[in-house]
Amino acid sequence: MSEIILRIDGKEVKASTEMTVLAAARSVGINIPTLCHHEKLEPYGGCRICTVEVETGGRTSLVAACLYPVQPDLVVRTRSENVDKIRKMLLELLLAHAPDSLELEQLAREYGADKNRFEKESSFCILCGLCVRYCAEIKKANVVGFVESGTRREISFIPERAARECWKCKECFPLCPTVALQAAYFLTEALAFPSPSPESESER
Amino acid sequence: MSRINSAAELEDRRQKILSKRDGEKPAIAICGGTSCLALGNDRIISAFEDEIAGQSLENRIHVRVTGCLGFCQKGPIVVIYPEEICYTEVKPEDVPDIVSQTVVSKKVIDRLLFTDPDSGQRATHFNEIPFYRKQQRNLFGDNSKLDPKSIDDFLALGGYSALSKSLFELTSEQVLDEIKKADLRGRGGGGFPAGLKWETARNAPGDEKYVIVNAHEGEPGAFMDRALFTGNPHIVLEGLIIGAYAVGSHQGYIYTHHDTPQLRENINIALTQAEEYGLLGENILGSGFSFAVEVHLDIGIFVSGESSALMMAIDGKTPEPRPKYIRTSVSGIRGKPTNLNNVETWANVPRIISKGSEWYTSIGTERSKGTKLISLSGNIVNTGVMEVPLGTTLRTIVYDIGGGIPNGKKLKAVHFGGPMGGSIPESLLDTPLDFDELAHLGAPMGAGGMLVIDEDMSMVELTRYFLDFLANESCGKCVPCREGIRQMLKIVTSINQGKGREGDIELLEELSEVLAGASLCALGRTAPGPFLSTIRSFRDEYEFLIKDGDSVYRSSLKNEEVPAERAKTIE
Ligand SMILES: Cc1cc2nc3c(=O)[nH]c(=O)nc-3n(C[C@H](O)[C@H](O)[C@H](O)COP(=O)(O)O)c2cc1C
Ligand code: SF4
Ligand code: FES
Repeated sequence: MSEIILRIDGKEVKASTEMTVLAAARSVGINIPTLCHHEKLEPYGGCRICTVEVETGGRTSLVAACLYPVQPDLVVRTRSENVDKIRKMLLELLLAHAPDSLELEQLAREYGADKNRFEKESSFCILCGLCVRYCAEIKKANVVGFVESGTRREISFIPERAARECWKCKECFPLCPTVALQAAYFLTEALAFPSPSPESESER
Repeated sequence: MSRINSAAELEDRRQKILSKRDGEKPAIAICGGTSCLALGNDRIISAFEDEIAGQSLENRIHVRVTGCLGFCQKGPIVVIYPEEICYTEVKPEDVPDIVSQTVVSKKVIDRLLFTDPDSGQRATHFNEIPFYRKQQRNLFGDNSKLDPKSIDDFLALGGYSALSKSLFELTSEQVLDEIKKADLRGRGGGGFPAGLKWETARNAPGDEKYVIVNAHEGEPGAFMDRALFTGNPHIVLEGLIIGAYAVGSHQGYIYTHHDTPQLRENINIALTQAEEYGLLGENILGSGFSFAVEVHLDIGIFVSGESSALMMAIDGKTPEPRPKYIRTSVSGIRGKPTNLNNVETWANVPRIISKGSEWYTSIGTERSKGTKLISLSGNIVNTGVMEVPLGTTLRTIVYDIGGGIPNGKKLKAVHFGGPMGGSIPESLLDTPLDFDELAHLGAPMGAGGMLVIDEDMSMVELTRYFLDFLANESCGKCVPCREGIRQMLKIVTSINQGKGREGDIELLEELSEVLAGASLCALGRTAPGPFLSTIRSFRDEYEFLIKDGDSVYRSSLKNEEVPAERAKTIE
């Protein structure tokens, strides 16, 4: 584990070789927005909101900061016209699903994203995978997972496992950047146990 | 059959097989490719068996069911050896005549010959048929000469001599050098130099390394990998073993679709036979080199053919792409160096080793060497699989080999690379088939599916079709790809239905930039390809539909279909 020096937004940053660009930036207080990243979880690279510009060997490319390993003499730009344009559009795409998410709204203000640019979508899950990965990696319970592919992708609870595991945990709830997870959970619970009253749950 | 323990024993075995075979003995090769199978060639096969048994000719005539012979449009195809007389569109009723007249009495039956629709000339042999005349079938040519289930047939044609040469006459480094000198480029879509990839895996630290055959072939309209691998499994296997030797790998995988029963059967038979003969497994041919192969069946979608997704699947993990900031050649299966190549790439290897890199580089263009398998579909007279030297112009492929556009229609464009590719307008038809030239025109060759488009097909509809395909066949993990494709599909669909608005094109362009710039894997990064290439060459079609589309939409509802779908019926 050796130390290297790279440049982030013009600033010289010391980092150890196993760090990502995101970690190196955060270590010196440079903020890169993230949605699907979580300190305790394996990097995922799904939301791409952490996209930054890097320059190596004279070539500029766009990479996900939460995954990209630091290298000696790497030049990173966390904001640029291109980066901002991408983040704005990604936010607009996500706001079509979750227009009321506080996290998205805050970022939308920063990047000038228009929450009405795209028609509203019926599902409000943004598929960041935080609940899925937390359940799998931390709780090792695998109660919630992804189903289907492409634009039909969704999260889904396995009712039998949910009935056994979820009542004592619910640790994934606060991770959700939208209200989708709760909805999915309630749906499954409703399917698995036809009668519990929704009120008792929401008072939890 | 017993194990072969040295290079000399391999040659002995070959001589023994050849000595039992009489080159003059008539042989009937019946195309058993999937397309001919669908046309009912099982009835022809049994008709031949019955007829030969009825005339008690079993010992005098050899019948073999071969892999695809390429000319699917005119199937079922039957070839009579040693004269190499080629009959097209054969029916069970023709079988008695073929046996008694052609095989026994050596008479050609005119009515079964291919007749050139332009000149009216009949073609007796393969190479007289325009479809075959301009091809160079280095890889595919053996399909008619062997039964894919017989390793002896493969040995009789010189099979596994390249492996023996590699193991006994060349060091692994020399093998690698030969592939590098041959400038062999990957046939699976990227055109990446195979030698460089092998070298990276070879030089990566660690003793445990893997090599993989990518036989996923998810591109719609592409069916050449299956045709080659099913028809001649040993050529791919031989290439893989040679590659393993060069890379320093002792475990290989063949990754293929679960729903390809014919291919799977032939692969399994080939693996068993190669093991029995000592060409696979421990101490291959007594050389000290050991290598085993496992078949991995995927139930995947289009994106499952992507290298990192494929390796995740073999690893037993969620089969989704992962970022490749560290290359799979360095860290692939179980984090070990892993070299992945396409079916056709591997098949080139034994040829290069046998005939040398100089021979190989004499075929093709400056930077694209060798031949390329192409599957031709769409609005074309001859659909099927063909093999041409790289550098052949698209015009030659469409008109000389493909036989032109049916129903007197005009050609509008050809499309390469499926949902990640692009279209080339008719005006650029003299472009040579070349990795870089096509990529430069925004229509990367991809795996070699070539879709021919006539004047009646709407380029907007084509774009919609590919976006719709990707909406289902991408994994949906990352936002730019999943949400970008969702929105692009909505917009293109609405344009296509005459409901487009001012600004739609610009919005599509903006979405394309985000997909290309921010997506996790190459699927998302190249998904805008069909849109970008059609907006470049056929912008008027989009503009027209946005302006006056409503009426057009109603009248065009009848030709909704895209003919690329024919491919999906092929195995
Ligand atoms: C979405 C996607 C699908 C792919 N599907 C295939 C496939 O079906 N077959 C294949 O050989 N390569 C496919 N590839 C390319 C592979 O990732 C890889 O580059 C290739 O197998 C390497 O072999 P080559 O260098 O011999 O071409 C695909 C790539 C992407 C991005
Ligand atoms: S680009 Fe598309 S296919 Fe590739 S990881 Fe992202 S969602 Fe999946
Ligand atoms: S935080 Fe990097 S992709 Fe989501």
